[in-house]
Amino acid sequence: MDMPEASYGALAWRRLRRDRAAMFGALLVALLALAAGLASVLAPHDPAEQFRDGLTPGGLPVPSTLLAEGNPRFLIGTDSNGRDLLSRILYGAQVSLTVGVLANSLAVTIGVIVGSVAGYFGGWIEIGLMRFTDIMMAFPTLLLAMALVAILKPSLWIIIVVIGLVYWTWIARVVYGQVLALRERDFVTASRALGASRRATLVRHILPQLIPTIIVWGTLGIATNVMLEASLSYLGIGVQPPTPSWGGMIQQGQSYYRTAPWMVIFPGAAIMVTVFAFNLLGDGLRDALDPTQRGRA
Amino acid sequence: MWTFLARRVLQTVPVLAGISVITFLLIYYLPADPARMYAGPSATVETVARIRHELGLDQPLWVQYATYMGRALRGDLGFSYRKQIAVTDLVLSRLPYTLALTAAGIFVELIIGLPVGIASAVARGRWADRVGMLIALIGISAPPFWLGLLLLYWFGFRIPLFPLGGAESLANLVLPALTAGLGGAAWYARVMRSSMLDILSTDYVRTGYAKGRSRLMVILRHALPNALNPIITMAGMDIPWFIGGVVLVERVFNWPGVGRMAVEAIETVDVPLILGTVIFTALMVVVSGILIDLVQGIVDPRIRHSRH
Repeated sequence: MDMPEASYGALAWRRLRRDRAAMFGALLVALLALAAGLASVLAPHDPAEQFRDGLTPGGLPVPSTLLAEGNPRFLIGTDSNGRDLLSRILYGAQVSLTVGVLANSLAVTIGVIVGSVAGYFGGWIEIGLMRFTDIMMAFPTLLLAMALVAILKPSLWIIIVVIGLVYWTWIARVVYGQVLALRERDFVTASRALGASRRATLVRHILPQLIPTIIVWGTLGIATNVMLEASLSYLGIGVQPPTPSWGGMIQQGQSYYRTAPWMVIFPGAAIMVTVFAFNLLGDGLRDALDPTQRGRA
Repeated sequence: MWTFLARRVLQTVPVLAGISVITFLLIYYLPADPARMYAGPSATVETVARIRHELGLDQPLWVQYATYMGRALRGDLGFSYRKQIAVTDLVLSRLPYTLALTAAGIFVELIIGLPVGIASAVARGRWADRVGMLIALIGISAPPFWLGLLLLYWFGFRIPLFPLGGAESLANLVLPALTAGLGGAAWYARVMRSSMLDILSTDYVRTGYAKGRSRLMVILRHALPNALNPIITMAGMDIPWFIGGVVLVERVFNWPGVGRMAVEAIETVDVPLILGTVIFTALMVVVSGILIDLVQGIVDPRIRHSRH
């Protein structure tokens, strides 16, 4: 392809580096990845250990030393099993990021394949694929994911696959719209005129044009998928105990929200920071890769 | 307008049929045995087999589907295994609560999202815009069930302004509606801002100013009606997510809606109730899609004629 790819990439990179919000997002993402990767080193305690001094004499969770007078051994307090909340949140990051990244990779892969094939080949393939996409989109997203996970029995891998299977429709729609516009462009006609097959044209000339979209949705989608995983785990149909997950921790904390609000506050803040970080970075990537969108939502 | 409406309604038939097939297939492959769930843990193998036969669960898949759909088209969605009550009655008894929560939540989304988006666009690049958009991004990132519990803690428990759950009065609706709507409000604020920015740079807005109209008048009379179009489109995309979010909110506040019933149905493998709730919520999504298209057709006459 004749497009000066390197300079486009370099320009985008320069724009991204100048975007302070996006760089802050990238920093947060890096810190979160570090926290998840080094959880076993950083965590002050074993996330599953139930400490005898992890509960007050009355049998209640120990408050955070930040919010009230707690036990200095447990910086942000303990849960109703007397386990260290900070350690559980650090290990929970592993679950959230693994599910978020892998589920989104699956969703982007399916979405790009369905959207580009439907958009490029047209005809019955287009009608069949996009109608199917419409049907999948009419299901309330969370309810469909819940039903699927319940049927397949919750495990980390099942949750990854299910979230990927309910989320791809959005990416398919976006890609489909782009490919519809791309297939009318001269370079596509030229490729066909030079004798390239339709499949080769799609793979070699259209797919590279979708790379910015893939990068942007590859980032923004992680935010959505982290949220979906947390929601499933909150409803008790996600990652199963004893594996610590942020959504599951909030579910456990819900019964104690009046007496031990820290059990809800900290895991929720972890979810929010993670989703926020990927949203910031994704927004910045979109601005950098597509300057015509700059400064808009 | 009527042909537009008729065409739109007809288009939903294959979608609804697809939804029912997919839901049915999902449940057919459920590893848990509905006959066993129905019979209870102490039932003998013979009893379970008899119940399986009575419920028609020993029939081939397509026979079960045809029977189910034949009844469903006459408004009969079968009986809940657990509660022994007609699914249609169960869902209809919960539906008003979900509709009330949905309506109130969408109201919150619009009443907060649109003004913030407009203000942000008008103040583009200034600190008010940046702070507004930062808060919007944080709002999008906060999990609704967490937001709900925080609101419950602060405005139900610490400062007891609102009830802690249940659905006895209108006051019970305030916190759930806020929880359901705040995240969406942040979305609408962002979309409204970008749509408004597009419109504010068009010629007719400049003409409005040239005629000597005040800034507020130009924004409200010239820019706003045109900027609403993407908002309406966005509402159509938002609804499946919104209804998914309602499931979470109903759980937090113990709100007796369809979403909470769906969660219970999934947990107890109550097959007819799962089918019924999923089909009903999908129906809600499809019907709101039609309503949104209608609104869009009224707001923008071009759409009525251009859609195939």
